[in-house]
Amino acid sequence: MIKIGLDVGSTTIKCVVLDEKENILYKSYERHYSQITEKMGELLQKIQKEYVGKEDAMVSVSGSAGMGVAESCGLPFIQEVYATRLALKKLIPDADSVIELGGEDAKILFLTGGLEVRMNGSCAGGTGAFIDQMATLLNITPDEMNELSKEHEKIYTIASRCGVFAKTDVQPLLNQGARKSDVAASIFAAVANQTIAGLAQGRPISGKVVYLGGPLTFLSELREAFDTALSTKGLCPENSLYFVALGAAYNSEIAVDLNTALKNVAAYSGHASFLFIPPLFNNQEEYDEFKTRHEQCRAPRAELEGYTGKCFLGVDAGSTTVKAVLLDEQGKLLDSIYQSNAGNPVPIIREYLLNLYQNHPGIHIVTGAVTGYGEELLKNAFAIEYGIVETVAHFTAAKTFMPDVDFVIDIGGQDMKCFKIRGGAIDNIFLNEACSSGCGSFLQTFANTLGYDIAEFAKMGLFAKHPVDLGSRCTVFMNSSVKQAQKDGATTEDISAGLSVSVVKNAIYKVIRAASAEELGRRIVVQGGTFLNDAVLRVFEKELGVNVIRPDISGLMGAYGAAVYAMSRWNKQPDESKSIISKEELENFVHEVHVTSCGLCSNHCRLTVNVFGGNRRFIGGNRCEKPVTRRSGAGDELDLYTYKLNKLRSYEPREGKRGKIGIPMGLNMYELLPFWHTFFTRLGFEVVVSPVSSRELYIEGQHTIPSDTVCFPAKLMHGHVIALLKEGVDHIFYPCMSYNFDEDLGDNHYNCPVVAYYPEVISANMPELEHATFIKDYVGIHRRKDFPGKMTEILGQYFEGISLHDVKNAADAAYDAYSCYLEDVRHQGEVIIEKAREKKLPIIVLSGRPYHLDPEINHGINKLITSLGAAVVSEDSVSFHEHRFRTGVLNQWTYHARLYAAAKYIADQPDMNLVQLVSFGCGVDAITTDEVREILESEQKIYTQIKIDEITNLGAVKIRLRSLFAALEA
Amino acid sequence: MAELIRDKTGRLLFTKEMKEEYTILCPMMLRIHFELFVSIFRHYGYKAELLTTSGPNIVQEGLKYVHNDTCYPALLVIGQFIDALKSGKYDVSKTALIITQTGGGCRASNYIHLLRKALRKAGFADVPVISLNLSGLEKNPGFSLSIPLVRKMIAAIVYGDALMLLENQVKPYEVIKGDSHAMVKKWTKYLSEKINKGDACSIKQQKEYLHKLTADFASIPVKRVPKVKVGIVGEIYVKYAPFANNHLEDFLAEQDCEVNVPGLINFVLFKVDNRLDDIRIYGGSKAKYHVIKVLYDYLEKMQQVLIEAIKSQPCFEPPASYDHVKKLVDGVIGYGDKMGEGWLLTAEMLELAEAGFENIVCAQPFGCLPNHICGKGMIRKIKAINEKANIVPIDYDPSATRVNQENRIKLMLAVAKENLKEEV
Repeated sequence: MIKIGLDVGSTTIKCVVLDEKENILYKSYERHYSQITEKMGELLQKIQKEYVGKEDAMVSVSGSAGMGVAESCGLPFIQEVYATRLALKKLIPDADSVIELGGEDAKILFLTGGLEVRMNGSCAGGTGAFIDQMATLLNITPDEMNELSKEHEKIYTIASRCGVFAKTDVQPLLNQGARKSDVAASIFAAVANQTIAGLAQGRPISGKVVYLGGPLTFLSELREAFDTALSTKGLCPENSLYFVALGAAYNSEIAVDLNTALKNVAAYSGHASFLFIPPLFNNQEEYDEFKTRHEQCRAPRAELEGYTGKCFLGVDAGSTTVKAVLLDEQGKLLDSIYQSNAGNPVPIIREYLLNLYQNHPGIHIVTGAVTGYGEELLKNAFAIEYGIVETVAHFTAAKTFMPDVDFVIDIGGQDMKCFKIRGGAIDNIFLNEACSSGCGSFLQTFANTLGYDIAEFAKMGLFAKHPVDLGSRCTVFMNSSVKQAQKDGATTEDISAGLSVSVVKNAIYKVIRAASAEELGRRIVVQGGTFLNDAVLRVFEKELGVNVIRPDISGLMGAYGAAVYAMSRWNKQPDESKSIISKEELENFVHEVHVTSCGLCSNHCRLTVNVFGGNRRFIGGNRCEKPVTRRSGAGDELDLYTYKLNKLRSYEPREGKRGKIGIPMGLNMYELLPFWHTFFTRLGFEVVVSPVSSRELYIEGQHTIPSDTVCFPAKLMHGHVIALLKEGVDHIFYPCMSYNFDEDLGDNHYNCPVVAYYPEVISANMPELEHATFIKDYVGIHRRKDFPGKMTEILGQYFEGISLHDVKNAADAAYDAYSCYLEDVRHQGEVIIEKAREKKLPIIVLSGRPYHLDPEINHGINKLITSLGAAVVSEDSVSFHEHRFRTGVLNQWTYHARLYAAAKYIADQPDMNLVQLVSFGCGVDAITTDEVREILESEQKIYTQIKIDEITNLGAVKIRLRSLFAALEA
Repeated sequence: MAELIRDKTGRLLFTKEMKEEYTILCPMMLRIHFELFVSIFRHYGYKAELLTTSGPNIVQEGLKYVHNDTCYPALLVIGQFIDALKSGKYDVSKTALIITQTGGGCRASNYIHLLRKALRKAGFADVPVISLNLSGLEKNPGFSLSIPLVRKMIAAIVYGDALMLLENQVKPYEVIKGDSHAMVKKWTKYLSEKINKGDACSIKQQKEYLHKLTADFASIPVKRVPKVKVGIVGEIYVKYAPFANNHLEDFLAEQDCEVNVPGLINFVLFKVDNRLDDIRIYGGSKAKYHVIKVLYDYLEKMQQVLIEAIKSQPCFEPPASYDHVKKLVDGVIGYGDKMGEGWLLTAEMLELAEAGFENIVCAQPFGCLPNHICGKGMIRKIKAINEKANIVPIDYDPSATRVNQENRIKLMLAVAKENLKEEV
């Protein structure tokens, strides 16, 4: 009997037909554009006609999107990883491990030495969809990306954990002028790293490795990237696309009448249900009324043709688009462009300016301003005078439409900016650092996967009868929600409308986190390309229950604001001697890019150096000003973070009679090092501390991390332990600690669960520790009196001859050393505050956890702040001023109690502001951030939060900080 | 009409007058257990009502009023309360809420504060919230956990565990579909009525009823065939509440599995024992130790009553004793790991694997902090101890779709089925 295997994946449908001897009669691979049942029907019909005839056939369905269909159509289902395994057993019996990438999933199978199968969970980073997304971003096809990648010279670090994060890495690279070929190769390397780190979880991938699935079949350079990462040569076998389908076919045991199956499949598409919400517009009249209302809001125009006189240029180099406007002397709009930046905004602006000069010889561009990601690049390339932060640009623009605006929201391609306005200044900024699902490219990506262009797709949703309720969350998750809705019979119209709804909901409830519409204010201006989409605008108004202003130049507002800004500066202080780049210079314009590593500090930033004609150049990728100014250590004397780090690094090993003991420098050790260093040195140990974190150190330990959603500071611990072992340390001390010191600031004095118990994870997941003694006992430093006795017992398990008396003495010294350290930090904090006050500089209390000192964790944000002209102190240098006070939450963690105290303390310090560092994945900070915000806002202070992870988009950080400083000046 | 009184920190108190006038809403976690709890509260004069609501609106309310990065259980519990308050079913000026508070180092101790924040935002600032805890947190004049009340609650836990366990052991094999479920319903109703009258909670009565109900379950006709055996462990709320885990038990039943969900009593013992271990590990007052030990011993004794009763019918597997479970993790993970489910989670996986339920779903809210350690963090070690262990960790949160979760579980089941085939 004929055997049929169907593999219905997230984006494609694969099919094989086998004869009785299991020879392949037919195979096919096509995209299904979510028309799953239709495609299945077509396929089965074809197979019936050509191979099966009137007979029964044995059919098995597999694949992530096949489960629901199979069940309701009464066809046997086989889980896809399992199917792969069956096929392998038959075809490549000696394979050791398999890496299979699909549209939305990534899998690793370990076949020998204990069967194990791993598949990606809630994260789709590193899958085919991710590669597609990246290709779209580069404005090329995946195949072109593969070709480009062959010419690469450099690999950049790109966050591979999540597509969203990767985008925030890729975009600045492109904006800074990095080569596409290098970026393409870096994306493949990131995919390989993500798959290996996320799925292998400590198990080495070795022996005969097999590559399966679409991306690995089609992209030779991706295979190359895996080969490099695994130091092996993997095999991509014949039929590598069809292993799941083959496995399903081999597994077929039940004879099915294809006619019945076809009937079931046809019936299936009709009857399911999904959650939906009311239509956006009930009828054409409603839509007309809406359109008329919004058409009234127009920016004043003037004719460019024949215009002679002064003009002002505004440019907004956004993440995916570049916008420019030209204003006349009255601020009337003469001209504008809105274009995709195709990865590099420089040639676009050059051409635009050249055209202007050539076609309109009467204009004289006296000055201009640039905003957006590419601000620095364009400013330098075209000698444009002003650079302003996006928020200020948008606010300036919004004011021209609504002088008393109290809330501005801008949704662009990949970023969303919204802010409240209080007392005429930008107050509370919300940026989407962790999530791009509320943005335009989200809609665009979906439109493309479904085979539409974005404008067409958006329009389809306007009159949808049953917009799908997709909830609010990440793009990655949204894919599967959409899949499910389609499975349940939602039309493309319903999905289009549903996606518009989730863009808005994401913005309101995920990025802004407003509980009610009133919170946002009532006088709202909306901007950004995404709001040109009527469906999105309609949903936004409905959700907020208020009519908003959408300027007709919604997509140009950043550029418009920049131009208005330049004009107002000019009007205040005209300077005829200045102008932007001349026509001649433009004609002879060159733009060269080369990449280099900065060697001026341990960060080793990868720099992209852009050289334009003349003396203009621009360096991107730097975290501090050193490579630009060539001054080293500027601002360090006003930076408590640097001081603390240097102080901790000064605890050096002293040779001792008891040999070496290693301490991994991470998490709570960033505070307790003085304690333990003193304690063990006194006992006669040579205390070896692991080196300062680096990317390389992290990657060394990455493969042993069991939970990919734990916070980055915890993940780093794996690398530190390996670093210690490499130094030949045979005892490592890293104790579990439920409790921290009680500083009497809160209701209890816990550590968070991760800090408290991470040693357990290290011990259970690092086979490297087998040849060393890992001391992870539970220690209670909070009980001063019990400590020596308990500690003597613990040490007695590992060492001989350590007496209670010795431990007591060492403990006395350790407790002293710890309080001296705290005292010293506080003192140095005072010194910095005093210096800053002398110089009249603003002071930022950069608040987080002790381990945020780690430059690999904070990404040099402390230095970024000092480079912006402010002093930096830490939360623990001011928290001690406060006594225990009532908080709105249970104040039960020592480190977090300091945050609340610091927030309270700065309330009556007019020159101090708080910036909170939050590690991505920190569950505890879901609680503290809200509370710190409440404390600050009740005292009329601005709350600024910075989310940091493995990789951090310093561009977004800069926007926040610059906006904060702009608000302080206002 | 009861007066609204706040303590000096501004917390709205639940007063004695409120006890007379107010309805107290309880969130849902474990159907059988919580129904019995409500009966106990009613017996003591509280107008308690268990929320049995479900549906997408609860998630929506949760997303609206709780920080979205907060754990899923907080989002659901708070969403359920707000959904109920907005439903119009209750007179909001005469409604109070009750929620547990463990006082541990996990975020869960903050649920009550997040709930109050949410209530303020949603315009229900005058709805009092009662903290149910044994740590002496937040006292209320109108609500107290007297010793007899606590004893009755322990009895309810034991009954609940017994019914849950027996249903799980009978249901997959029952000849007439629905027999065991009907039996659970019958006994829950019967016990509720008894408890409401203050009955069924003495040790003697408990022994009697437990034996009776075990015998009743044993009388259900069954046909025993080899089935895939799956254990469920995880964060307590997601592990137990069907609403939170997308009806995991039902799904596994549809896949023709026998399910084992370890009972609540070990969790209670664990939480009490933590206090003893704190003193053992870090030092502390001997007097305090002995007071806690009394409670610990009582709980252990009650667990023995449960085990004895189940053993009275040889067709049933009794649950593992706390003592045994604790020994299993000796040398695997420290007893000091007490936040959230702590070492107990690891221990339950080991125990399940030992008892033949080596296929395990480890259910947790997305980003659950303690489970990074005692759940996902320990899987490698568990496999080293018991190589048959076939564990799949599943994350739950408002956006995780059922399709993805079920696909992962099916993979685990495919391996399980293959193993079963080899055994048979």
